[in-house]
Amino acid sequence: MSHECCNDFTRAQLLRDAAAEAGRGLPAIEPGMPAPAGTGLTRRRFISRSAGLALAVYGASKIPIGAFERGIAEAAQGDKVLISIFFEGGIDAMSVLAPVGDPLYAGLRPNLKQTAGAGPAFTEDERLQWHPGAKALADLHGAGKVSVFPAIGYEHPDQSHFTSRHYYEIGELDIGQHAGWLGRYLDAVGDEENPLQGLSMDGSLSPMIATAEKPVAAIDSVDSYDMWSPVGAPISDEMYETFARFGSLPSDSAALLQVRRATAQTEQLREELGGLGKFASPVTYPKSEFAHKLAGLANYLANDLPVRVVTLRAAGGYDTHSDQADDLAKYLQETCEGIAAFQKDLEARGLQDRVMIEMWSEFGRRPEENGSAGTDHGAAGCAFVIGSQAQGEMVGEFPSLAKLDSNDNLRVTSDFRGMYCSLLEQWLGFDSARVIPGASGFERPRLVKA
Amino acid sequence: MAIPKVTPTQAELDSTKPGGKHRPDKHGKKHRHKNRHGHKNGHGHKRRKHKKRKHHRRKHHKPLLPSTPPAAPPPPAAASPSPPPAGESRPPGSFAGSFGAPQATRLLTRAGFGPAPGQAAAVASMGMVAAVQSLTRPSGAANLIGPPPTDDEGDPLAPADIWGHDHLWWLDRMIRSDQPLVERLALVFHDWFATSEGGGPSAQQMIDQSNVFRNYCFGSFLDLFKAVTVDPAMLQWLNGAENVKGAPNENYAREMMELFSLGADRGAYTEDDVREQARALTGWTYDWSSALGTYNFRFEPRRHDTGLKTVFGKTGNWSWEDACRLCVENPLHPSFFVEKLWSYFVGAPPSAETRDRLISTYLGSGLGIRAVLEEILMSPDFYEGPPMVKPPVVHLASMLRATGRHVDTSAWVWLGNEAGQQLFWPPNVAGWDDTRWLDTSRMRARWNIVDFVLDGISVDAWGAPYSETETAEEALARALAAWGNPELRPEHSAELLDFARRSEALITAGWQKGPYRALRQNALLQLIGVSPDLVLQ
Repeated sequence: MSHECCNDFTRAQLLRDAAAEAGRGLPAIEPGMPAPAGTGLTRRRFISRSAGLALAVYGASKIPIGAFERGIAEAAQGDKVLISIFFEGGIDAMSVLAPVGDPLYAGLRPNLKQTAGAGPAFTEDERLQWHPGAKALADLHGAGKVSVFPAIGYEHPDQSHFTSRHYYEIGELDIGQHAGWLGRYLDAVGDEENPLQGLSMDGSLSPMIATAEKPVAAIDSVDSYDMWSPVGAPISDEMYETFARFGSLPSDSAALLQVRRATAQTEQLREELGGLGKFASPVTYPKSEFAHKLAGLANYLANDLPVRVVTLRAAGGYDTHSDQADDLAKYLQETCEGIAAFQKDLEARGLQDRVMIEMWSEFGRRPEENGSAGTDHGAAGCAFVIGSQAQGEMVGEFPSLAKLDSNDNLRVTSDFRGMYCSLLEQWLGFDSARVIPGASGFERPRLVKA
Repeated sequence: MAIPKVTPTQAELDSTKPGGKHRPDKHGKKHRHKNRHGHKNGHGHKRRKHKKRKHHRRKHHKPLLPSTPPAAPPPPAAASPSPPPAGESRPPGSFAGSFGAPQATRLLTRAGFGPAPGQAAAVASMGMVAAVQSLTRPSGAANLIGPPPTDDEGDPLAPADIWGHDHLWWLDRMIRSDQPLVERLALVFHDWFATSEGGGPSAQQMIDQSNVFRNYCFGSFLDLFKAVTVDPAMLQWLNGAENVKGAPNENYAREMMELFSLGADRGAYTEDDVREQARALTGWTYDWSSALGTYNFRFEPRRHDTGLKTVFGKTGNWSWEDACRLCVENPLHPSFFVEKLWSYFVGAPPSAETRDRLISTYLGSGLGIRAVLEEILMSPDFYEGPPMVKPPVVHLASMLRATGRHVDTSAWVWLGNEAGQQLFWPPNVAGWDDTRWLDTSRMRARWNIVDFVLDGISVDAWGAPYSETETAEEALARALAAWGNPELRPEHSAELLDFARRSEALITAGWQKGPYRALRQNALLQLIGVSPDLVLQ
């Protein structure tokens, strides 16, 4: 890895050392000159002012003390991790689990229908069949590690991407709420100084983990968190100190507060992640950006980074108004194979009992295909809870295509807020009533092995 | 996918205007489309990861000519706060305070891409009304002032053919156009009617769509709405050309109401309205060939559903034009329009009274965008309201204008992407989320963008001699001057001075005197660029 800041630092360090020894003018550092012993250590010291943390992170074992002390203590005690994976755009649930045994299916899907036997059988409902691209997920299901929601949603489903997605993100049917449901959970239990506790592995923060107060983070690349500047140590230490102070001064407007918070969290993350370099995985991942992010996440967890909730988007996009078949097959396969590799990785590292995945979409699509070999926005969708500790039992049933709702959409047989309540209570050990409004009114499926 | 068309781009056409140096045919024969990827649905793109250049090349950028509006008088000698010119009469209800450089800076930044050095004082001296009208009432075609854009090799851009050059082409217009509000409104409507190259349109079709925004941005919203509805990029993006009698596709019908004209969750329309509007919109189609891609977009009567449709309770044989008209005639449209337009320029929602006044202006002007906009840009809330976060491309363009740089690297494409905004690639049909411009990922990208902006401005601490006596105050003054002397909040100036003094205190040996001061200068330049003062507008 090439860190411009670090090269500058090394160069400055060499210059300083050389000048101290020779007591004369500045020597030139030639390209290809080997790095002196200890360069790695000093580089870590350069990246992080709390050297213990950087050493430990880089050393890939235990992080002893520093700002992370509390988070590490909790992680070492086996803190549970919840990962949310989002099929953005409204995945066609009737393609992931095709109702090939429903007599109305072929008529509603003349062009998009799957033939019986084309994909793995779904053992919990003989009417349904997995999409061939979901084979890796079907295999995990066969191993008892996947709970399937074949028709999840809420009453009076909204067909807007943004409204429906918002409901799922905040865990209630309220367009005014601004904190995500997992953000509210972090606000209640999270740490004041640990932005990694809520981590979006994406170019921007997922609203699902947006908090009111506690710090959370987004990282686009699991490989590095470089910040460039033609400024070397020791001046750079002071520069980052001032950058941090820009983040902690008082604010008199929402926009200024937003800049300050982003500044403070960015500087904190630079310190914490700057030394975490390339990593090796014990299993082979498929070659995709999505899979690579999961590989990086497994590496974080193996290094005891205090991560509690993580969000990422499934590979590709699922708003398949036209030419649905090819795109869906490709992206679904990429996603399922990435998850299967991640599960293997966790098992190889002995981390499998700490991690649970919930995979969701803002809605399902219309049972009747449209005229463009695609599908329009529908109602009930699919969701999955995946992990070694998952109960592995279907929640709700697939509603017959004979009984659609008043908009000719699939009926809902489970409520997403019930899924959230179960995950909070059974997986995170937290009172769901403190996060989900009206929690007591939702049926809670058994999602985690007793 | 289609072989890209080799047609003159707007940039190339621009360069043929007086003052332009490049003829289109000079490079038009090179067929430079090797990096142009065809993508479907916007997810297959693999952007090239660039490593940071190892050494900061020293470049000498010629400062741009200040891009003053056509009617601007020459800048006054001193940038003293100027009272309204004698005789300026401002409309009732408009901002009544002093219109000085800070107010002119806000106007130039939110209704454009920030002042060039000295421009804020010049615009302040015009008075508020003339300043606003110089932006909202441009005459004739826009002029692009200063050197034309190039890629990293110094070659002209090929916006239609090389991936990312469309982004650079527009960024250049943002920096150089003498009609900056036209470019800003095009950006507003690119977000409002967010269309992505990832959904099938070619780069040329996306550029053409942005020209629709430029052409209609001051006129009637209904005219703009209709033009966008049948724009080839939009017809592909929201499947309008796959919406056929007997097999409707609802994608455009829904979003035209939810996102473009009425808003979700306000009771403005029902699911039945979505389906009926889809029927009204049927009939558009296009041809495709491997040589031309998608072309010949047209309405074919035999593909149109001529039956009766009931939209918002009104029944008729509605056409696509009726579909647009029915939306803007919906009683909930005017409030949607004025509040949405307002939200791009003012950081807090309008009061009910202000909103109602804007609505009456909108209706009284025949759905005039310019009339509403002028009222917004002269409103007290515009000048006295809270700051807003600059979108990443505005942050970058304003820095390039302040430092006098022009577009000379493709790095702005992938850096823009990392900061959350690649032009012509909005994240989805709702456009960019203005409430989420900043997080740890995007703030880091902005830091790195600032570093790139300063390439050629920051000093070579080890290769060139630097003052061994510069004081903290002198260092800060030098760094601010390089940024065009922006106004900083006092607490930020104090922090920067404190930094400059702390850095100086680290000098313990004679050989450090110059190099450490050079590093300090680079750090000051960097810190100013990422300070809230430059991130906010």
